[in-house]
Amino acid sequence: MSAFADTLNAYAARARDGGTRVQAMPADLAALEAESLHIMREVAANFANPVMLYSIGKDSAVMLHLALKAFYPSPLPFPLLHVDTTWKFTDMIKWRDGLADAFGFDLRVHVNPDGLARGINPFASGSALHTQVMKTEALRQALDANRFDAAFGGARRDEEKSRAKERIFSFRDRHHGWDPRNQRPELWSLYNTRIHKGESIRVFPLSNWTELDIWRYLLVEDIPVVPLYLAAPRPVVERDGTLLMVDDNRFPLHDGETPQTRKVRFRTLGCYPLTGAIESEADTIEAVALEMLAARTSERSGRLIDKDEQGSMEKKKREGYF
Amino acid sequence: MAGQARAEAIDRLSHAGEGGVLRFVTCGSVDDGKSTLIGRLLHDSQLLFEDQITTLAAESKRHGKAGGGIDYALLLDGLEAEREQGITIDVAYRYFATAKRKFIVADTPGHEQYTRNMATGASTAAAAILLVDARKGIREQTRRHAFIVHMMGVRHIILAVNKMDSVEWAQGRFDALHAEFMAAIASLDFDSVTAIPISAREGDNVIAASPAMPWYNGPALLAHLETLPATVRDVDGPFRFPVQWVNRPDQDFRGFSGTVVSGSVRVGDSVTVAGSGASAVLARIVTADGDREAARAGEAVTLVLDRETDIARGDVISGARDRPEVTDQFAAKLLWMGEDALMPGRSYLLKSGTATVPASVSALKHRIDINTYQPVPATKLELNEIGLANLSLSYPIATDAYDAVRETGSFILIDRFTNQTVGAGMIEFGLRRAQNIHRQAFDVTKTDRARIKAQKPTLLWFTGLSGAGKSTVANLVEQQLARAGHHTYTLDGDNVRHGLNRDLGFTEADRVENIRRVGEVAKLFVDAGLIVTTAFISPFRSERQAVRDLLEQGEFLEVFVDAPIEVCMERDPKGLYEKAKAGEIKNFTGFDSPYEAPDNPDIHLETADLSPEDAAARVIEALRKLGRLG
Ligand SMILES: Nc1nc2c(ncn2[C@@H]2O[C@H](COP(=O)(O)OP(=O)(O)O)[C@@H](O)[C@H]2O)c(=O)[nH]1
Repeated sequence: MSAFADTLNAYAARARDGGTRVQAMPADLAALEAESLHIMREVAANFANPVMLYSIGKDSAVMLHLALKAFYPSPLPFPLLHVDTTWKFTDMIKWRDGLADAFGFDLRVHVNPDGLARGINPFASGSALHTQVMKTEALRQALDANRFDAAFGGARRDEEKSRAKERIFSFRDRHHGWDPRNQRPELWSLYNTRIHKGESIRVFPLSNWTELDIWRYLLVEDIPVVPLYLAAPRPVVERDGTLLMVDDNRFPLHDGETPQTRKVRFRTLGCYPLTGAIESEADTIEAVALEMLAARTSERSGRLIDKDEQGSMEKKKREGYF
Repeated sequence: MAGQARAEAIDRLSHAGEGGVLRFVTCGSVDDGKSTLIGRLLHDSQLLFEDQITTLAAESKRHGKAGGGIDYALLLDGLEAEREQGITIDVAYRYFATAKRKFIVADTPGHEQYTRNMATGASTAAAAILLVDARKGIREQTRRHAFIVHMMGVRHIILAVNKMDSVEWAQGRFDALHAEFMAAIASLDFDSVTAIPISAREGDNVIAASPAMPWYNGPALLAHLETLPATVRDVDGPFRFPVQWVNRPDQDFRGFSGTVVSGSVRVGDSVTVAGSGASAVLARIVTADGDREAARAGEAVTLVLDRETDIARGDVISGARDRPEVTDQFAAKLLWMGEDALMPGRSYLLKSGTATVPASVSALKHRIDINTYQPVPATKLELNEIGLANLSLSYPIATDAYDAVRETGSFILIDRFTNQTVGAGMIEFGLRRAQNIHRQAFDVTKTDRARIKAQKPTLLWFTGLSGAGKSTVANLVEQQLARAGHHTYTLDGDNVRHGLNRDLGFTEADRVENIRRVGEVAKLFVDAGLIVTTAFISPFRSERQAVRDLLEQGEFLEVFVDAPIEVCMERDPKGLYEKAKAGEIKNFTGFDSPYEAPDNPDIHLETADLSPEDAAARVIEALRKLGRLG
C-alpha cells in the first residue's frame, strides 16, 4: 500500500462519485473555475496529443482537480507528465505515485538522462545549470519524444512580471521558444489553437487566478495537498538566511552545520536544495491560507532560481522553461 | 469542528464577497500616467509584498521616471525589452481586490499598436478608464480610445483627468476638459460616463477622496469601480450554448460539454440545435458536483438531451423559441490585426464560438476613420484599421448580433498558412436568411452528368512559375484525355485575362481576385461533369486552398509543375523574364513577387529532368489510380 493511500483513495472516490461539496462557491471563484473548464475543453477538442504538466504542487493540484471536473464523467482525456530532477522532496514523489495509483492516471515521468550521466545536481552545479539541464532541457526532451502538441501548465499571471503578458494559449515554435513580441492577440474567449507540425501550445488554465484564489479553492473544494505545505517539525539548516530541509543524505553539510528540528512549511515545492522553508505554526490548510493573507513576502522569493538575475524568468521562458 | 473552522477561514479569505470580478481596461497616451495609476491601485490595495517593494525602490532609482521617488509604473513593465526602452508593448493583466470585489485590469499601451491591443483588452472588459493628462487636455487619441472601447461593447467609461497636482488642482481646468470630452463622444452611446479628477502619483481621488480638491463631490476612482455592474454576460438574454466537446465515456452516456454564454436553461426545457433545427428536451444538467436543475450564463456544464440527436462541436444549442440566426453571410465590423493587409476574396479561417469555418470577405464596404468616426472608401484594411465588411462562409453557422450576445456575435480570423490571428470581428446582421433562401435544386445533378460521361469530374490545378511548363503539360494531358473519350475543358491564364478577367491587373489584390473568379468558373465546369485543367501561376497558397475548399473532397488535384527559377529564366518562352529584368514588368512572380510552393501537392512534376510527355503521362496515371477516369 502506497504512502498517503487513505487520503488519496478517498479523494479519488469522491471525484468519481460526482462530488460532495460542502461549501458554497464564492461568485468570483465560480467564474474562475468556469473559465478554466472552458480552456481545458478547448484543448481536448482541438489538439491531437495534449498532456498536462503535473508538478505535484498546489497549483498542479488545483489544475488537475479542474481537469477532473471539466471532463466528468469521462476520465482525463490526456496523460500527466512529471519532469523529475531526482532532487524533489521524497514526499512529493510518494504523493505523485500514490495519486496516480488511486486514480489510475496515465502518468509519465521523465528525467534527463544526459543530465544524470553528467552528474548535474543543484549543490555542485549551481541552481542555474541544474534548472537549465534538469528542468528546461528535460521538458523539451519529454515533449519532443512524445510529440505532445499542447501542454497544460499551472502558471499564474500574478506570479511574476513577465507572466502578466503571456497568453492563455501561448505559442511555442519548433524549438519550444517563446517570442514575447510576437504573441497572438487573444480576444474574448476565442483561442487560436492552430499550429504547424512540430510546433506546440502551452496552455495556462490558471492564468487569471491569484495565489489567494488557489488557497481559497483548495479549501472550498477540499483538495488534498502534499503535507509539506503544512507546518511540521522538520530537519533544517540555515544558509544565507534561507532555511533548507535536509530531506535525504545527499545533502552536503558544511563544516559546523548540524540539522536542527524546526516547525516549518513550504510555500512552493520544487527541488529540495532550492526551496526555502518558512517557520510557521500553520498545520492545516485553513491556517496556511490565513497566514498567507497576512504574508509579507511574495511567493517566488522562496524559489532560489529567480534570484539569479532580474528578468531571469523571462530568459528561461524564451528558452522553453514553463 | 473542522468544517466550522474551514467555513470561517473561507469567509475571511473571501473578502472579494459577492461583488464578483470586474474586468476593466485602461487606455491613455504615452506618459499620461497609466502605469503609475495601476501601480498605485495595486500598491494601495495592499497587494504588494515586502520584497516587491524593496525591488521597486531599487529599480525606481535605476530606471525610474519619478525623479528618485517611488515609480509605481515599474511594477508593471514586465518584459526586459520594454524595461530597457521604457515603454509598454503589449497587453498585460493585473489583479487586485478590495473588500467589495475583485478586479482584473487589462493594461494596454498608448502608442502604435494600441488599436489592436486595446481592442484585445476591451473584448473582455465591462468598463474602461480613459486617462488624460490635465496639462495636455483631450487629444485625438482620447477620441480614438473612446471609439475603440465603444466598438468592443464596453458600456461604462471613466474619464480620469490625471496630474491635477500640476494644474494647481484647478476646478476650471477639470470642468473644461469634462465638457470638451462629452462633446467629443456625443455620438457614442454609453450607459455611464463618469469624469474624475485625480493625481495618480500623489494618490488623490484614486482610493480615497482628495483633500486638495474639496470642490469635487463625486466618488473616488476605486469606489466608483466597486459599484459598476461586473458581468458582460447576459443572464436574461436568449439561451445560447455552443457545444465544445462531446462527452462520451461509454455507450450509456452522451453529453455535450460547454459554457452557457447567454441566458439560462432548466431541465425539461425544449431546446433546438441551430443548423439542423433538430429539437429535444433537456434531460439532465451534469456537473462534477452533481446534477443541477438549471444553468445560467457563465456556467460550464454538460447537457444531456432526452433523445439521440446529431450534435457536434461547433453546434449551438438554444431555446426552441428565441433562436440564433443560421447564416453563411453576414455584415460585421472588422478590426485588422495582421501585418499583411486584409485582402477581400482571400480565404481565412473564421472562429466563432466553438465553430471554425473557412471564410472570406466578399465585400469591404468602407473603412472607418477613428478620428472622425466617418466611413471612407477602401479596397483593403491595413494593420490596426477598422472597416465594415460582408463575410461569406463555406457553410452556415449560428450567429447573433454582437450587441445581443458577445460570444455568438464575435469572431476571429486566422491566416491559413501562418496561423496568426489576423482579424477580429463583431457581427452586425445576417445578409440573407439561409432559412428562407434555398439554393435552387435541379433534378439533373452533377453525379448524373458525370455518369453519362463515365468519369469523375475533376479539377487539375497546375501551379508553378512562368515557364515551368504548366500550359504545355496541361495541353498534352487534355489531348490524351480527349483521345481516350473523356470530356474536358482547359482554362488558361492568358486566355482568361483577355475576357472574364480583362478588368484585373497584377497587384496582389487583383491576383487574388483573378484566381477567385477562375476557381468559381472551374467549379461550374466540374459541376457540369468535366475534367478541367487550369494553368495559372497562382503564387499564393491561400488562394489555391480557397479553390480546393470550393470543391468536394477528391475533386481538386494540385499539380505542382516544379522547375528551378534559373531553368525558367533560361527557357523564357514568352520573353517575360527578360522584360522583368529590364524593369518593364512589375510584380513578376519569382522575380520581384513571391511564389509560395505547395507543401503537399497531389502531383509533383519536376520538369527540369522530365519531358513534357512523361510529365503528362504521370498525370494521367495519377488520375487513373485515383479512380477519376471511370
Ligand atoms: N505630476 C504628476 N506626474 C505624474 C502623475 N502620474 C504620473 N506622473 C508622471 O508622468 C510620467 C509618465 O507616467 P507613466 O505612468 O509612466 O505613464 P504611462 O506611459 O501612461 O504608463 C512619469 O514621469 C510619472 O511620474 C501625476 O498624478 N502627477
